[in-house]
Formats: sequence, C-alpha cells, structure tokens
Amino acid sequence: MHEIPSVRTYVIIWAILTTMTFVTYYVAQVELGAWNIVVALLIAFFKMMLVILFFMNVKAESPLTKLFAGAGFFWMILLLGQFFIDYVSRGWMPEGKLW
Amino acid sequence: MADAHGTVAEHAEHSPHLRHHFDDMAQQFDSATLGMWVFLLTEIMFFGGMFGAYTVYRGMYPEAFASTSQFMNPFYGALNTAVLIVSSLTMALAVRASRLGEQKMLQLFLILTMIFGLAFLVIKGFEYHEHWVDMKVPIIGGHWNYSEFPQFARQAQIMFCFYFFMTGFHALHMVVGLGLMTTIFVMAKRGTFSSSYFTPVEISGLYWHFVDIVWIFLFPLLYLIGRTKKLI
Repeated sequence: MHEIPSVRTYVIIWAILTTMTFVTYYVAQVELGAWNIVVALLIAFFKMMLVILFFMNVKAESPLTKLFAGAGFFWMILLLGQFFIDYVSRGWMPEGKLW
Repeated sequence: MADAHGTVAEHAEHSPHLRHHFDDMAQQFDSATLGMWVFLLTEIMFFGGMFGAYTVYRGMYPEAFASTSQFMNPFYGALNTAVLIVSSLTMALAVRASRLGEQKMLQLFLILTMIFGLAFLVIKGFEYHEHWVDMKVPIIGGHWNYSEFPQFARQAQIMFCFYFFMTGFHALHMVVGLGLMTTIFVMAKRGTFSSSYFTPVEISGLYWHFVDIVWIFLFPLLYLIGRTKKLI
C-alpha cells in the first residue's frame, strides 16, 4: 500500500521529539515576556507536525486523508482566531499583560 | 473453484478480510484510515472546546493562572511527555512490524506501548495525589486552600478546573487507548494480522498518536506557564 518507513527514521523522529521536550522545559524558565507562550506553542506545533507526518504517516497517505487532517487545523484556527477577535477587540482582557 | 460466478470462487480470489463493497485491500485500507481521521476530527473539536475556553480565561486572569504553576510539578509533566513520546515510538514500530508481517515483533511492541501507557497513568496518579495533599482540588464541598495567594483564590480555581478536566479527559483517552491495545494484542495473538491485513493496528495507532499530540499541547499550557516569575 505505502512504502514502509525504516526503524532509523522513527528513532530519529523520537530523538528530535524528546530533545524538543527538554528544550521547551528549559526555555520556559527563561524570561521572554509574552514570547514564552509563543515559543512554547511553536515547539508544540513543531512536535505535533513530526508526530502527524511521520508517526501517523500522513506524509504517505492519500490526498483526501491529508485534506481531512488539514481540516482539523483549519477548524482550530477558526475557533481560537474568533475567540481572540471577539475578546481582545471588546477590551475585556486586562491591558498589556495578555499572557 | 471453476465457477467464476460462484461465491466460493469469489472468496478464493481475495483476502478473507476484504469486505465486498470495496474494490481491493488498498481501497479498503484507505477508507478505514480516512474514517479514523474523521473520528479524530470530532476529537479535535472535543478537546478544542476546552483549549478555547482555557485561552479565554487565561487571557482574562493571566496572573492567577501563572500563580498555579507553583503547585504544578513540571518534572513529572516533562517525564510524562517523554514517556508518551516513547510509547508513540513503540506504537509506530508496532504498526511497522504488522505491515512487514512480523507477528512476534508486533506483539512485543504492543506490550511495550501498553507498559509506557500504564507508566504515564501511574505518574499522573502520583501528581493527582500531590494536588490532593496540597488542597488544590476545587471540588464541590471544597478540597481547596489557596492561602499562598489569597488574591487569586477564586480565579485559580478556574485554572485547576481546566487542569483536572483536560488532564482527566486525556487520561480517560489513555485508558480507552489501553483497552484498544489489549484488543489488538489479543487479535495479534490469534493470528488475525498479516502483511496484507493490518488495518486495525494502523487505525488504533492513529488514535494513540492523537492522544500523544493532545498531551504535547497540555504540557506547556498547564505546567510551563509563569515559571520565570518567582512568586513565593
């Protein structure tokens, strides 16, 4: 059906994921202000992409499956994006210290 | 066998696992994978609602949320992240073994996956116990004492509610995942799978990886907020 990824590929992906877990753990202790959450979420996003593309092997799936997986992201962006538009624009959030 | 229109001949020509409404095993496999992704989309919506609500309340009470990090144990959180990532690796290797038709390896990796999944739940249990001892469980009737930061006593309850609901539902998914793995293991033991039929292994793997991804986001959002601020 699809070509079978090598054990080497899986182990490399695992090593990157574990390394990124330590990175996110230590970066959280460095004062970056509002950027702490941005960095943490970027790392989480990167880890998620590795899991989806390699462990879940979406890389090799049919275009239709890729579309459905992508729809999940799209839905989350809509949800969180609309939350931000609504709450931030109404001035309900405390100023200057959003996170 | 000679009768091309007979049911006996029809079955002899294809895998016994091929349902008749599919053209071939590849199409059946793609359909099952797509179906699993549709299910995972509903799971994204399920967890997405909680992540969305968390976003709003954390935006409203950033300091109260940051204060709760003093009572989280990021070491346990990081350890659990590492344990789940290893379990995802063994799960991926189990799927690989099933594709190659290596039955012994498949069973070995399924058992390893279950062991790491169980380890995650045990560590989570230790954490819940710590919160209980700390009086940081805002249940009805109140097992709650936030005298360290009295100004956040009410708002921090919201954060701990999110914490218990999000990690609780995640743990529930882990329990379901362990049930799935047990089923797959029994099927593997009975010799159900081969290099031409491994769909249940594959889609159970998708579920397991999805639960891993949820934790990848829960870890920074629940454990790693406000760690740079020394409030105590």
